[in-house]
Amino acid sequence: MIEAIEAIPAQFIVIFVGFLAILAFVGLNAVLLVYLERKIAGFIHRRPGPYEVGPHGILQPIADGLKLVGKQIFTPTGADSYLFWLAPMISIAPALVCFIAIPFGPHLQIINTNVGLILILAFTGINVLALCIAGWTSQNKYSLLGAARDISQSVAYEIPLLITVLSVVFMTGTFNLFDIAAGQGAWPWQWYIVYQPLAFVLFFICVLAETNRAPFDLPEAESELTAGFHTEYSGMGFAMFFLAEYAYMVVASCIVAILFLGGFQGPIAPGVWWFLAKVYIVLLVMIWIRWTFPRVRFDQLLNICWKWLIPLAVLNLLITLAVIAL
Amino acid sequence: MSSMDLRLDTSGDYYARKFQPTKREDTLILNMGPQHPSTHGVLRILLEIEGEYILRADPVLGYVHRMHEKMGEVMSYPQYYPNPPRTDYLHALAWNWAHVAAVERLMGIEVPERAEYIRVITCELNRITSHLLWWGAYLLDLGAFTPIMYSFDDRERIQDILQRITGSRLTYCYYRFGGVSDDIDDRFVEDTRRHCAVMKERFKMFKSLVTDNFILRKRVEEIGEIPLETCRKYGATGPVLRGSGKAYDVRRAEPYSVYDRFDFNIPAYDTCDAMGRYLVRMDEMQESIKIIEQALDTLPEGDYIHPKAPKRPKPPVGDIYFALEGARGKIGIHLVSDGGKSPYRIKLRAPGYSNLSLFSEVAQGTLISDAVSILGSLDLVIPEIDR
Repeated sequence: MIEAIEAIPAQFIVIFVGFLAILAFVGLNAVLLVYLERKIAGFIHRRPGPYEVGPHGILQPIADGLKLVGKQIFTPTGADSYLFWLAPMISIAPALVCFIAIPFGPHLQIINTNVGLILILAFTGINVLALCIAGWTSQNKYSLLGAARDISQSVAYEIPLLITVLSVVFMTGTFNLFDIAAGQGAWPWQWYIVYQPLAFVLFFICVLAETNRAPFDLPEAESELTAGFHTEYSGMGFAMFFLAEYAYMVVASCIVAILFLGGFQGPIAPGVWWFLAKVYIVLLVMIWIRWTFPRVRFDQLLNICWKWLIPLAVLNLLITLAVIAL
Repeated sequence: MSSMDLRLDTSGDYYARKFQPTKREDTLILNMGPQHPSTHGVLRILLEIEGEYILRADPVLGYVHRMHEKMGEVMSYPQYYPNPPRTDYLHALAWNWAHVAAVERLMGIEVPERAEYIRVITCELNRITSHLLWWGAYLLDLGAFTPIMYSFDDRERIQDILQRITGSRLTYCYYRFGGVSDDIDDRFVEDTRRHCAVMKERFKMFKSLVTDNFILRKRVEEIGEIPLETCRKYGATGPVLRGSGKAYDVRRAEPYSVYDRFDFNIPAYDTCDAMGRYLVRMDEMQESIKIIEQALDTLPEGDYIHPKAPKRPKPPVGDIYFALEGARGKIGIHLVSDGGKSPYRIKLRAPGYSNLSLFSEVAQGTLISDAVSILGSLDLVIPEIDR
């Protein structure tokens, strides 16, 4: 028996245990983020937010989760039920994979791979497919419009996202996330945000658009398209999309923290805590933005990308290259 | 029939078939409403879209038709008190006033001066609540969630003030033939004064948080331009007309009650776009506060209802048309009396109906997001349109 276990390569065990840890991390994060989002929205609106379930409503996300699990699973008439239920799974699965390459601390990373950044950028791109399938198979015109919006939005914003990432990669000379984080110092003036302020702003805007957060939440614009691509989803189908959205938000915040805010680097306290603190600060800013701004219009969204973000990203890349060459 | 066919069950009802008698393969018919978040109630709009561009739009009405006009014919005059406020529930007092004043004019009932002042104060307070709700809901349509919470905060406080004297919070039924149902007291005056001062500060915050916001300006400026000619063609009134540059306000054009004693401006913007209508309403709230403060300063003593006002009026044979300025435009009541205890015919002119009529023309060629923005800027209350 023991021999049989020993026959399994250590790498597989690491990945297996790592995935379990990731599942727990994503689940806990979703619970925490749902609570935070609602409490912060309440704070911004000058109301208490959730207050009934548990002290200060801390059990509210669990109650929400139980409600979603208990709901009827409903497939609309005429929908392709196979693809319809595949879409939420396609949405959540890549988000989980992204976490294996993220260095949470100096000694806390599942796989230290040289292509970590590429892996994450590639897997987050799959989400478009999920939303496209969801919108197309829902047999609902609003879903279809939402999916159409999502595709053009994601495809457009992928370009400046990659170009801004490239400028950091050229600066560090590596795609390895651990090396990028380790290359920055413990103090804020040693982080790449100081060297690449424009790239940071561009990257953050692209992240908002890629994760479909307000003010770029057009695929699910509730006042225009009722709920966009997930109009027809109920119960766990909706919960999977919801979970995926939060997972992508966390992934995106991790990347922002690693590329621009020094990752796990920080004085005194252990690296893990610094990393989590930075990730949560980025997440809080995203929540803050959501509850402050109106939504942009669709053509304006694409104009921002093609007329401003892409030229600025290219300019930033050229400046970076010029500085490196000197 | 393929399961991927998006036209699976879109043969539609009578209206959809009338809207597009022969099917086209290159466009999509979209039913916006009657259960859509941004049509505010049960308005249904049939849209023919190509991509996200609207080729044609056609509103379908009648989902909350409650026969208020017919009810007017079978009910006695006092029984009909609660009906007009329930047509436009957001500016209920204006409708209440229109009904009451039409009967007063037909019968020649004199209204004490104090009652007129109380009517002006409460009606203007109600106008502010109406505009505040519009402001919050409009920004909700544009995707900003927070403003509606702030506007409801202020709105609730005004409703508290009005609740103390009228007894209700939304569908007020406060005015009576010859006056109002109850007098106002010092606490009402004090609360109103204090809240007016608070509101002035709040408008500054609203301006810096929302009106000056870059994204908002991009969403409302040069969107939904309604030329003055179009307004005239469809009989649009209120902020829609003033947003197109014509400073027409019934309070100034045909002064009723004691409005000619107060000093206030009629805001008008000639940009004709959604921003013009937005700014007109924002300014109007401040003008209303000016009117309320002046009225409180000069509030006369006396009866709050004419002592000899008839409880069960029987107006003489004849007809009367009375119009006043509601939050959405010109509210008109045409009352025909045959001398009986209930009117022979009562016609309600809802401003929202005329304002909605121009939507089909304005929405052509715009994006769905713009259509939502235009629809919101018209400030529609569907029960008022359907009556």
